[in-house]
Amino acid sequence: MIITISLVFIGAAVILGFIRLIAGPTVSDRLLAADTLTTITTAVIVLLSLVALRVIYMDVAIVYAVLGFVGVVTVARYLEGGI
Amino acid sequence: MVIAGQLLILIGSIFLFLGALGIIRMPDVFNRIQAGTKATTLGALSLIIGVGLIHTEFLWKAIVLALFVVLTNPISSSTIARASYKLKVPMFRGTVIKTEEDFLTDSGQPESQPTDRSENSVSVDAVSKESEK
Repeated sequence: MIITISLVFIGAAVILGFIRLIAGPTVSDRLLAADTLTTITTAVIVLLSLVALRVIYMDVAIVYAVLGFVGVVTVARYLEGGI
Repeated sequence: MVIAGQLLILIGSIFLFLGALGIIRMPDVFNRIQAGTKATTLGALSLIIGVGLIHTEFLWKAIVLALFVVLTNPISSSTIARASYKLKVPMFRGTVIKTEEDFLTDSGQPESQPTDRSENSVSVDAVSKESEK
């Protein structure tokens, strides 16, 4: 029951993040929306591991968090002109 | 233990929703960074620790993931803010920028003329009153 309510809130958050991802006026807005969606997706994968009762999904969440962080930092450094 | 975990999951999901709402509602890139990174970090941290409290076999990996999220989200937000500052993204019209270099160039001799704090605070108050309208 709690997990269903939490998934409703997280689904609304994903919808709002996608609105900012599509309609962002600058490229920094889109990058920020992608960063927020990465964190939200990590939380969703953790909830999925609780629902499915599989501990191995936590490893998927860790790898997704690492890849999302590296991707966001790479794109931000590219926009800045560092790479 | 289970009740505390479920309460943490609910609080975390609410904070994730509030962070995404702040991304929509804030007027500026730099304000959106504050809303979209801090609230989302708190939400993800609370939700991950809540999942670790419900089943104890999740707890160690949950702690590792929470530490990783807490350590890396400020770095990514700082990098985004730095990139958008260097790209000269337009700020909110009520923004007051007063750095140390502005004081040095305005007064000419920074040692002999101390910075006027009262004028700066008056301007900040005026801007905040203007933004409240």
